Amino acid sequence: MTTISAPAPLPTRRVSPLVGLRHTMTLAWRSLVQIKHNPMELLDLSIQPLMFVLLFTYVFGGAIADSPSDYLRFMLPGIMVQNALFATMTTGFGLNMDLTKGVFDRLRSLPIARWAPLAGRIIADTVKQAWSIALLLAIGMVLGFRIGTGPLGVLGAFALLLVFSLAAAWISVLVGVLVSEPDKVQIFGFMVIFPLTFTSNVFVPTESMPGWLQAWVKVNPVSTLADALRGLLVSGPESGPIVTSLLWGLGIALVFAPLAVRAVRRRV
Amino acid sequence: MSHAIRAEGLVRRFGETTALAGVDLEVGAGRVFGLLGPNGAGKTTAVRVLATLLRPDAGTATVGGYDVLRQAHQVRQVIGLTGQYASVDETLTGTENLLLIGRLLGMSRGDARARARQLLAEFHLSDAADRAAKTYSGGMRRRLDLAASLVGRPRVLFLDEPTTGLDPRSRTELWGIVRELVGSGVTVLLTTQYLEEADQLADEIAVIDHGRVIAQGTSEELKAKVGGQALMVRPADPADLAVVRSVLREVTGVEPDLTQYAATVPAGGGDVLPTVVRRLDDAEVTIAELALRGASLDEVFLSLTGHRADDGTGSDTGTGAGTEKGTGSGAGTGDGTELAEVSA
Repeated sequence: MTTISAPAPLPTRRVSPLVGLRHTMTLAWRSLVQIKHNPMELLDLSIQPLMFVLLFTYVFGGAIADSPSDYLRFMLPGIMVQNALFATMTTGFGLNMDLTKGVFDRLRSLPIARWAPLAGRIIADTVKQAWSIALLLAIGMVLGFRIGTGPLGVLGAFALLLVFSLAAAWISVLVGVLVSEPDKVQIFGFMVIFPLTFTSNVFVPTESMPGWLQAWVKVNPVSTLADALRGLLVSGPESGPIVTSLLWGLGIALVFAPLAVRAVRRRV
Repeated sequence: MSHAIRAEGLVRRFGETTALAGVDLEVGAGRVFGLLGPNGAGKTTAVRVLATLLRPDAGTATVGGYDVLRQAHQVRQVIGLTGQYASVDETLTGTENLLLIGRLLGMSRGDARARARQLLAEFHLSDAADRAAKTYSGGMRRRLDLAASLVGRPRVLFLDEPTTGLDPRSRTELWGIVRELVGSGVTVLLTTQYLEEADQLADEIAVIDHGRVIAQGTSEELKAKVGGQALMVRPADPADLAVVRSVLREVTGVEPDLTQYAATVPAGGGDVLPTVVRRLDDAEVTIAELALRGASLDEVFLSLTGHRADDGTGSDTGTGAGTEKGTGSGAGTGDGTELAEVSA
């Protein structure tokens, strides 16, 4: 399909969905193969949550809960949520890099499916996301975290976190398209995700906070998601937080996916 | 197919800014066409429209016989694009960058690998094939970028400021590569701010400024349009400069371009030089230096765009052609042959 010998105009042809999918996988390969040259990137993804786990478990753990291991049981699912949200920023960061460096233009000048560059990046980032969830869980278990449910619970936790981060990735895409340089994506991440994840029930029980803050913490989707993960990993799944988390994900995707796609179209 | 690229009345605005104000272009198959203009003239916008990256607000264009709007997918199958900034993925190796493009173009793994190896060898990058592109020098990166745009053997190649930021050696090297490409029958549309580059590579040049083509022709034709030659006189005693100035003005009818020590005028007619010498001799002015030289494309460019000629010291055409302001009328008509517009 890359060669056209007849110069006569042909009717406009589109890329078939199957070929588009192949483009997407090739572009996902492109985002993942660089890990081969820079294996440290796999650790970079989890260095910050690792610090958090260690600091909170051993510095604050004893003060907040009865013991560091009790606290780990409470906090680890929440840290996984925080980590997943930070990891979604990779998508916007990489997209902005492609836009500013001209890689995106190169890709768009090729006869490939229009949606493939974005889809390829999101698929690659989901793979990275899964890796970083697994890494965090493994570190937690080394430190003494014990899964109270079973393989299905763990699978459910992975699935829920991945679905939610796929939805949240659209916020990242939007930011990645709107800001002028990749570093600003990270600044945005810090400015929004830090307060968002700390004003939740991830690190301390809601009851310890002032009333006005409790009201927010209870509706914060980070709290809901953390609750859902605690159920799936520790105390047995509860449908309430799981369904609410999925609804949040759906809502975020419905609002931000169209905004992000529109922004991409406007920028290029 | 006689025209590889044809554009009519391309208009593109970005908010208040009009990047393209009605651009017409015709590029014959197998030719190198230079789009010459300063920063912000609209060169890159024109390339982006022709490469289907940007939709024009008005006008039509075909590339390789396909409409850039209605047949964008087909256009993308016949073009190669090398952007203003090297658009390779810096985290990938040279091989991986080319593999990526090959695979996206539908080549099998083996074919893509073979093509990558071949191009890396052609562009003297074999030794760096397995290194991340971010470790490449500027010249190497630009060569890789060019190689990437050639993976699919395009019929039409867009080179958007291919040598901006390169050292002279890398620039010469890249020029050599472009010349070889043209030998193989590829049509090239090249944008550049460097007159020398257009002079060296392009069969035909369009001078673009403020989103309009203000002159078009071969570099020889463009040079001829501004009268071809300039006469510079430096008196031995700078105090004589006033006399030199009035003599030059009387002989050529043009206010000379003055520096602290010398005066320069366009010397259109054949008898300007002997007349000036005789008159200066009569006025007993001792001449330290006197030079008659062909107009450089730089001067052509400056006189056409009028950027340096705001104070009226710019060269006149000497051919009796119109003396309207550079961005004046007729610019959008696409009839490049009569557009030797020079500021008065």
